Amino acid sequence: MRRWLPLLVAGASLLAACSDGAALTVYSGRSEDLVAPLIQQFEAGRGIEVEVRYAESAELAATLLLEGSRSPADVFFAQDPASLGQVADGGLLAPLPPDLLGAVEAPFRDSAGRWVGTSGRARVVVYNTDQVGAEDLPTSLDDLVGPEWRGRVGVAPTNGSFLAFVAAMILVEGEDRALAWLEALAANQPVDFPSNAPIVAAVDAGEVALGLVNHYYLLRLEAEQGETAAANLVLPGGGPGSLVMPAGAGIVADTPRRAAAEEFIRFLLSRSAQEYFATETFEYPLAAGVAADPRLLPLDQIDTPDLDLSSLAAALERATDLVAAAGLL
Amino acid sequence: MPGLEPLPEALTVEPLPPASPPHPVSRAPGHLWLAGGTVFLLVVAPLLFLLGTVAGAGIETWEIIASRRTAELLGNTGRLVAAVTAASIAIGVGTAWLTVRTDLPGRRAWGTVLSLPLVIPSYVGALAIVSAFGPTGLLAQFFDRVPTVSGFWGAFLALTLFTYPYVHLLVVAALRNLDPALEEVARGLGSSPPRVFRRVVLPQLRPAVAAGGLLVALYTLSDFGAVSIMRYDVFTRAIYLQFVGRSDRTPALVLSVALIAVALALLAAERMTRGPAAYFRPRPARAPRRVALGRRGRTLALGLLTLLMGIALVVPLAVLGWWLLRGLLQQQSIGSVWPEALRSLTAAGLAGLAAVVAALPVAVLTIRHPSRPAAALERTVWTVYGLPHITVGLALVFLGARLGPPIYQSLPLLVVAYVILFLPQAAGAAQASLRQIDPHLEEASRSLGRSWSTTMGRVVVPLMSPGLLTGGALVFLTAMKELPATLLLRPTGFETLAVRIFAAAEESFYTRASAAALLLVAVSALPIYLFTIRDVRT
Repeated sequence: MRRWLPLLVAGASLLAACSDGAALTVYSGRSEDLVAPLIQQFEAGRGIEVEVRYAESAELAATLLLEGSRSPADVFFAQDPASLGQVADGGLLAPLPPDLLGAVEAPFRDSAGRWVGTSGRARVVVYNTDQVGAEDLPTSLDDLVGPEWRGRVGVAPTNGSFLAFVAAMILVEGEDRALAWLEALAANQPVDFPSNAPIVAAVDAGEVALGLVNHYYLLRLEAEQGETAAANLVLPGGGPGSLVMPAGAGIVADTPRRAAAEEFIRFLLSRSAQEYFATETFEYPLAAGVAADPRLLPLDQIDTPDLDLSSLAAALERATDLVAAAGLL
Repeated sequence: MPGLEPLPEALTVEPLPPASPPHPVSRAPGHLWLAGGTVFLLVVAPLLFLLGTVAGAGIETWEIIASRRTAELLGNTGRLVAAVTAASIAIGVGTAWLTVRTDLPGRRAWGTVLSLPLVIPSYVGALAIVSAFGPTGLLAQFFDRVPTVSGFWGAFLALTLFTYPYVHLLVVAALRNLDPALEEVARGLGSSPPRVFRRVVLPQLRPAVAAGGLLVALYTLSDFGAVSIMRYDVFTRAIYLQFVGRSDRTPALVLSVALIAVALALLAAERMTRGPAAYFRPRPARAPRRVALGRRGRTLALGLLTLLMGIALVVPLAVLGWWLLRGLLQQQSIGSVWPEALRSLTAAGLAGLAAVVAALPVAVLTIRHPSRPAAALERTVWTVYGLPHITVGLALVFLGARLGPPIYQSLPLLVVAYVILFLPQAAGAAQASLRQIDPHLEEASRSLGRSWSTTMGRVVVPLMSPGLLTGGALVFLTAMKELPATLLLRPTGFETLAVRIFAAAEESFYTRASAAALLLVAVSALPIYLFTIRDVRT
């Protein structure tokens, strides 16, 4: 070990020498598969070098909070408003300039101006078209916990987007209603999955009839395997079942590269980036007047609940408690 | 040559009595303690961070934790650990014996192939098994009746199939060091081959079996990937929920401390299994006579091994191949894989080397100079191994960020993290091989005037080399597929194959995930193959 230490130190300093440039460091909770081409486009177009650290949004939020003011990150680009909210509430995101905030409509940005939504993802019920006819489709969240769906609904209770949906339910309908619904769901023998992608695959395979997921996984699966036996349903009625949550970005408070960081977020809200989200990741564009994929229900036809997404992070804690208390874990 | 060099061949003429001779407890030299102390500081750092967090936790944290559900999950974890460990030992000892001690056709190829399931990340393996054997899986599309797996049995199957190689590899190394004379004497006295195996071979393998079993048990304890895909609720899942669902990570960290208690209990169990005896023999000067399996035995053995590899290797690879093919037909891209492969090999290779270096003082201190500090070092090393990787990763993020830029998010820190996480794999193998080396050899070397360092370098380390190689290979293979700590600690932009596989699968990019996974298995197979070849020659 002793002979090894000098080597270690030498290697470390070498690496530090290599990476100590003026590059913009982005912590991206969005997968490399989704956003790497976009980032290359930014680097080529604006002449700013970008280093991206890809991981899950919750992990990066935890990392940022542990790093505190020592973070090498300049921008946090997250999958969901809850992760952004956690970092913002930790005092680690700087207020954004008005032109960036103004690019996006009201529900899809932080009410305190610390992050802005870059693309939207709708909560949907994905269903197997061979097993479920149009007349049998559920019309509300309460339908989903009815006896006809016993053992036939796929959920991902430890997944961030499910927890955010429960948090929205607490904010819209109150804690008692949320707990009652979760208990009814748990009593209805739902099938547990670790995340959204395997739920959609299981619905397509007919292993479960319905699944509670985000909308774009089905379009991804179609790109992978062609035809599927699944379709998306947006629940009507303006409840938490038809929540649209943005992926978004914020600027790390102590960054010495503020101008470049703003430029990056400006790019994410530009027409070309918004078109990329519409056609490549099948999400809802939120800025620059770009239209969504024609296979999707247009955003203005989704009856989203009236909700301040900035409060989602705080409600997430209660959501976690309720999911555990209902026995869904 | 014999006669010119008095060491160590001349000493092997006299077989030792079977009873355990007195253990020479001497004082360890200062620099050995320095090396051991350095290793201790590295592994104890994440534990101290955890204990500090626990000490600062408020009453509401304890309320979250002290629920009936927590106890239930702990029970589930215990059941899974016990079942996977028992099955892995049964399979691993069997495969090791068949490939080292019998006239099984194609032994060398089997030796390589049987270790390979180790490189399949458990989440990928579990995903593939579900896709193949699930109620509507690939097999169900072609056949009417297929067994389906999920829940306890699914998690049991996946974890057993992807962890038994730990036992296999350690027992192979131990079997190579056994003196065949004992077995031949037993045979000559009229014992049947099964009886010889049970009464003569198995007792000598106890240290290796116990070490391998402990590796399997603690790996199962810390696993999150396979259990989550198989939908079996264990303790790591509760930790994960708390981790994702809260900006305050204290409850998640406090929950992981419960796993420290389980790890300590498993350690105590291992000590009891291993027994007090040290089974050292002079290193065999010749190869053992191989047990003839006979025609029926050969058919049975080949049938069982084929079945095992069919489920543990062919099915996962076939599913990955199918995903790749399906995606390519839909004009999906494979994405970038070669730079990722190079990075995986670099990081895992360095981790294997560093772990062997760090394992040496641990093994020598604990076996040759047993003392309280040495025991504390050993227990600390193993306890960390039972912690979820995300916990250790977060601890190192916290500490690393305070150390600053040259170290934080650098390759050396990632390698150090791998060493902290996987050191027991190298240390266990090193200890098992050192236990089989007669301390009289070292005493002889010292009495002939050689210094302690020379004795270590010229006598002990060369004799330990099969164990050290095995340990390095285990760490390499495990580091190749490690995910949670890699995600947290790698240098920014340092995407490895494991990171690629997980990120792509998470977003349903199955084509890219399977291309990266197939490459991971392929590039890991080569070192295993070379390692097996080398081992056969020595």
